[in-house]
Amino acid sequence: MLMQVRGLSKTFGGLHAVEDVSFDIAEGEITAIIGPNGAGKSTLFNLITGFYRPTAGSVTFKAKDITGHPAHRTAQAGVARTFQTTKLFEHSSIAENVLAGCAAGSRSTLIDAVFRTPRHRREEKASMDKTLELLEFTGILEFKDEIAANVPHEVQKRAAVALALATEPELLLLDEPAAGITEDETARFGQLIRQIVARGVTVGLVEHKMSLIMSLADSILVLDQGRRIAWGTPEEVRSDPRVIEAYLGAGSQGSTSQEDGIQERTPGQGA
Amino acid sequence: MKLTFSIRGVGALLVAAALLFAPLILAEQNYLLRVLITGITYAIAVYGLNIILGFTGQLSLAHGGFFGIGVYTMGLLTTDYDWSFWGALLAAIVLTTVVGFLAGLLALRTREAYFAVFTMALGLIIYMIISRWEDVTHAYSGVLGVKLPENIGPLDFSEPATYYYLLLVFLAAAAYVTYTLRVSNVGRRLLAIRTSEDLASSIGINVGLNKQLAFTASAGFAGLGGALFASAEGFIGPNSSSIDLTFELLMFLLVGGVATVMGPIVGTLLVLALFEAFQDFQAYRFILLGPVIIALVIYAPQGLIGRLNELTLRWKRRRAAAPKTPAGPPDSDSPADPNDEKAEVR
Repeated sequence: MLMQVRGLSKTFGGLHAVEDVSFDIAEGEITAIIGPNGAGKSTLFNLITGFYRPTAGSVTFKAKDITGHPAHRTAQAGVARTFQTTKLFEHSSIAENVLAGCAAGSRSTLIDAVFRTPRHRREEKASMDKTLELLEFTGILEFKDEIAANVPHEVQKRAAVALALATEPELLLLDEPAAGITEDETARFGQLIRQIVARGVTVGLVEHKMSLIMSLADSILVLDQGRRIAWGTPEEVRSDPRVIEAYLGAGSQGSTSQEDGIQERTPGQGA
Repeated sequence: MKLTFSIRGVGALLVAAALLFAPLILAEQNYLLRVLITGITYAIAVYGLNIILGFTGQLSLAHGGFFGIGVYTMGLLTTDYDWSFWGALLAAIVLTTVVGFLAGLLALRTREAYFAVFTMALGLIIYMIISRWEDVTHAYSGVLGVKLPENIGPLDFSEPATYYYLLLVFLAAAAYVTYTLRVSNVGRRLLAIRTSEDLASSIGINVGLNKQLAFTASAGFAGLGGALFASAEGFIGPNSSSIDLTFELLMFLLVGGVATVMGPIVGTLLVLALFEAFQDFQAYRFILLGPVIIALVIYAPQGLIGRLNELTLRWKRRRAAAPKTPAGPPDSDSPADPNDEKAEVR
């Protein structure tokens, strides 16, 4: 197992945002986390990546305990992430964004830079090569000199992925990568996610678009009100009565309309 | 990239040349040379402020205070304790760096407005100590006879032009450090923090450590500027550590352009030139300068150099795009631009 999460909990004041959640992320697979709004998906991401400290439980990555490590150490250990509201260095060009990802892992100091040591020049060259390769991989090479704030939404989403990949992660966690892009773009993004896995990077994603999840995920974790209500293959999850209930409310059926109906509707569930 | 760089390079060379030949041009006007000397010591401190505000995005209002520590370390050590200029200069840099480091440990626990308020309080405390601790700092009586650098071989630093060239060396070093920051991974890490601390830490940047280093280095430069200022002036008083000075340094940087290489020196000299031009109006000069600064903030929030950089970049793109899309709309923001790409790769 690349990552093992055991009994993870987070309490904000009296609110149990995430409660006793356990699951694994298998190497080379795509693991999806779904659930109604307010189910605790993003909180779970923030706990795994060190943006929040868990109240209880543990996170193990590559057999090392990384529970409660600060975000930058988690990233250095090989866990990269994107954010729900696409975060980019928006006043910088797309290429500079990806370069920032390379810079983060760089070992050269200001002294190297001031004296232009061989290490510095070697790293600069390597960073530039890696950036161009990643821009090509994510299909946005032609936008490389555009300012991040000015490019289309889809390009921003892809740039965020390229930036995350620049840190050379073994696990990439995508927080709603397909939010706010069209169906066509979503399908293309699904392609990209497959290519990322083919590259040897394991993917975990939080997503609302069931069309994307069902076609991509090897296993699915379903959260509701901070708790795990199901964990298994897409088929298992799709037919799980608790999942159907959580999404559509008691009394509804029609697993056929699930695909699109699931998205935003959370009747009777509150948050 | 090449083209942009060369335009910027020419601009930088022009400024450098102007600074190099200034003593010859101003040969008969010692007053203006003195203004220029003062301006350069300020500019060195502004380069320091640029590291923490420009690159890391933290508004420090303690820099007048750090400048003051540099001023008084130089001032007191070379008079009351009879140190040499060079020893005192080193002591000033070390002391401000250490104070900056310690202050950073506390100040950087806060963010944004709180950081600004915290550092302003810090600056005020430094000013209080300097202006009240009469036994050591002589408070409002000030310090007379701050040493100039000891002669090195034929170099006689009591000659304003010679001292001026010594300052230029320090100024060039500050500008070069800023340039390397702009083009290196160290600077990219800092700029990443300025844009989004969350995003920065998500890609593995240790936000706390990098901010700490930036703040420490930033204070060191302010101290260096202060020490050189004290030596250049010869007479110092508590006003050289006041909050007014902090805001002047801030104004120099904003006018010149944050996170740019030439911004600090251009902004400092330009605003000082305006101060001089309006000197007859004395207290009223801010009535005239105020609108100028407001206009700058509205129309060129990147500062003059930041704006120029934007314009050259846009001009370069238009040129690169022109031959390719003769019929298409001249929209430089439109996605594909392979020509540009080729020009940029290497």
